Amino acid sequence: MGEPVDSKVQAFVARSLGLYGQAPEYLLQHLIAVQQQFGWVPPTAVDALAAALDVAHAQVRGAVAFYAFLHDQPRGDFDILFSDNITDRMLGNQRLVGLLAERLGLGLDAPRADGRVTIGLTSCTGMCDQGPALLVNGQAVTALTAARVDRIADLVEEGVPLERWPGAFFRVEDNIRRRGLLLSNPATDGASLRRLLDGGADAALAELERSGLRGRGGAGFTTALKWRFCREAEGGDRTVPRFVVCNADEGEPGTFKDRVLLTSYTDLVFEGMTLCAGVIGARLGFLYLRGEYRYLVPHLESVLARRRAEGLLGKDILGQQGFDFDIAIHLGAGAYICGEESALIESLEGKRGVTRKRPPFPVISGYQDRPTVVNNVETFLAAARVVQWGGYWLRGEGTDQSAGSKILSVSGDCARPGIYEYPFGTPVHRVLTDCGAEEVQAVQVSGAAGTTLAPAEFDRLLAFEDLPTAGSFMIFDRSRDLLDLVRNFAAFFAHESCGFCTPCRVGTALLRNLVEKVAAGQASAHDLQELRDIGAVMRQTSYCGLGHTAPNHVLNTLDKFPAIYRRRLRSADYSPSFDLDAALASARALTGRDGVADHVEEEA
Amino acid sequence: MSTTLSLDGRPIPFTPGQTIMDAALAAGIYIPHLCHNPDYAPHGSCRVCMVGVGGRLVSACTTAALDGMTVESNTETIQSTRRSIVQMLFVEGNHVCPACERSGSCQLQAVAYYVGMLSPHFPQFFPQRPVDASHPDFMIDFNRCILCELCVRASRDHDHKRVFAVSGRGLASHLVIDSPSGLLGDSHFAASDRAAQVCPTGAILPKHRGYEQPIGQRLYDQAPISVVGDLRAQPGGE
Ligand SMILES: Cc1cc2nc3c(=O)[nH]c(=O)nc-3n(C[C@H](O)[C@H](O)[C@H](O)COP(=O)(O)O)c2cc1C
Ligand code: SF4
Repeated sequence: MGEPVDSKVQAFVARSLGLYGQAPEYLLQHLIAVQQQFGWVPPTAVDALAAALDVAHAQVRGAVAFYAFLHDQPRGDFDILFSDNITDRMLGNQRLVGLLAERLGLGLDAPRADGRVTIGLTSCTGMCDQGPALLVNGQAVTALTAARVDRIADLVEEGVPLERWPGAFFRVEDNIRRRGLLLSNPATDGASLRRLLDGGADAALAELERSGLRGRGGAGFTTALKWRFCREAEGGDRTVPRFVVCNADEGEPGTFKDRVLLTSYTDLVFEGMTLCAGVIGARLGFLYLRGEYRYLVPHLESVLARRRAEGLLGKDILGQQGFDFDIAIHLGAGAYICGEESALIESLEGKRGVTRKRPPFPVISGYQDRPTVVNNVETFLAAARVVQWGGYWLRGEGTDQSAGSKILSVSGDCARPGIYEYPFGTPVHRVLTDCGAEEVQAVQVSGAAGTTLAPAEFDRLLAFEDLPTAGSFMIFDRSRDLLDLVRNFAAFFAHESCGFCTPCRVGTALLRNLVEKVAAGQASAHDLQELRDIGAVMRQTSYCGLGHTAPNHVLNTLDKFPAIYRRRLRSADYSPSFDLDAALASARALTGRDGVADHVEEEA
Repeated sequence: MSTTLSLDGRPIPFTPGQTIMDAALAAGIYIPHLCHNPDYAPHGSCRVCMVGVGGRLVSACTTAALDGMTVESNTETIQSTRRSIVQMLFVEGNHVCPACERSGSCQLQAVAYYVGMLSPHFPQFFPQRPVDASHPDFMIDFNRCILCELCVRASRDHDHKRVFAVSGRGLASHLVIDSPSGLLGDSHFAASDRAAQVCPTGAILPKHRGYEQPIGQRLYDQAPISVVGDLRAQPGGE
């Protein structure tokens, strides 16, 4: 977008400060606004924000360098980021990236000379059931085809502002294919809040306990216990501020169910948060929304406004004096690690999303070091229904250790990708049948961080005691080369490691490079052992869940699909990663010699 | 009530609230570490101090000591895991020990010896990192930075200056200086800062004092780190 005039930047920052205030916690929100306005974060903005919020320049620059959607160099007027999950790849996104780059005459990640456009790749944008997808200036475009990409090229060349692009480009479908306990009915009128006001917090907690509800974001911690811990933190001192945080980061490749819940079950999610606030005694809550879903903000804000008008949010909720609670939306900016609850809290405070030391857990010391409940979107929704309809309503479905249902995001090779809700304890093959998957070679359960399943395991059960899942369910048929999955996930983790601890920061990069070595046909059996050894070190010694789970896909596929590696091995045991002949290329170029004698013979 | 844990079979007394690392240091038992320095809050990022507790590995510097706890430290399996982590630190930066001013008085090098590292093992990343010589008294060679954040913590918690911070993410994480130009010479850094003294490697170095003590006669040339401990523990030293 070229160099904006300093005074313009300063005026914009001043406006943003007027809107969000000068609390340092809002640094990230200001930076996102600046990026959105100018296509980058110019040094003037860094100076102005550092001064106004009284934070170090290094902290501002550090945040810009941490979040993938913030840039310290100008991007194009149209900043186009193709979603690069394995499901996008399976739907042919690479061909479309090539097509658009060719039409517009530019490469990846550098703005075109006229500043009109940049093209790049980004981690899964949560549109796997309607991909390939992209983001243009942060707005999601789905169902890409060659024709659609062609049209986008025209719109960019003509400089048509996004508001005048065809509305169909931005349509996002819910694709709900199977409804269970939670999805059967989106309607609510504050019933759970009335139950809370009638029966009190202890009765609400008792229903939650009876229900056996466990967190739907992955770790499966008992929700009643989490809320109780937070309520009783600080000796139960009611004057200590407490916070409710809804984790809508949904960064796990292949999940998109939280997007659908936020779109069509919005009231229930906010009601669950309000209920939690009533139970723990919080007056402020945050919806931490991944940047990829920023298109949902107007809808979410309108629901919040309506709930305030209906007395379901704000001051004296449902007329109960002192029941005050409101919700603010905070945007993320392209960082998978910010789904991890303590990194999320750092990000809410405007900092780089680096995992905190635990204990203390957020229920004791979370946002601003105050007791904080962090729950997944689906958990809040389920909690609202449990208090409304009673614990037995949930308990009646599922298994002993996994009460109720789980909402799955199904994508990949199947006839009907979309949202499916099943009772816990449903076998994998049941899902495959329902979604119309045939000739299935592998299923990736619970995202890149989850488990790679071979057909012999398709009778395993989706439940905390067998196959815990946050909901991602990606299907690969026999036509697929599973090494593509491994390469995609390995690159994902190397890109998303926060960099705090040694084994994950370096290990994810080592794994990615070794996997690429395998793909290039340069690897030996020794390298496969290296993959295992590095993976084991990462699993055992990483600081947080990202590093613990990042090698799963490599270790799983080495065990279950060894052929995808073996058939590419170049020699039985060892081959060096250093290529002497390639290293001599610059010397040959300098001396102008390139005969047979000027190359180093490789030993086969 | 007496509280005791067992470290490699030896009973170690401790006071409640101490970490495994605190207890070991107090008892004079060495657990290798790089980002830990008892003068600052535990950090837990380098992962070199991993010890075995209940069949899992935990970082000794951040894990609370518990009465009756059984801790394994000096086993071949654990040493081999630590070795891999130290090797990762070596290949991620550019560490040319034979030519380094800190050779022999560098904790990274000394820990590498302690865990039995004979080679970097992993392919080198050879990152392009600049040297900052803008300050009159000190220079920073980012090639030797291991992101332990001791300078960050010392400057923030002791000097109350926040001269240092970490920027970026993943393998691109790097130390930055808080000044308008990003250079040390333009920051509030002073040679008398505690942050000038805490670097366990040769990343933050005083100028005008090169090779005062000949290589071969330095601290860890004389005795291993498991015997003499950290640089900060040395008389008159850091
Ligand atoms: C790397 C990483 C990413 C995560 N991403 C998410 C996420 O996108 N959404 C989510 O709800 N939980 C995520 N979690 C789990 C959260 O840390 C936390 O356990 C969860 O939000 C708690 O809510 P629940 O009890 O309702 O599941 C992630 C964890 C890790 C380690
Ligand atoms: S494992 Fe370590 S580097 Fe990886 S995301 Fe967690 S804290 Fe960051």
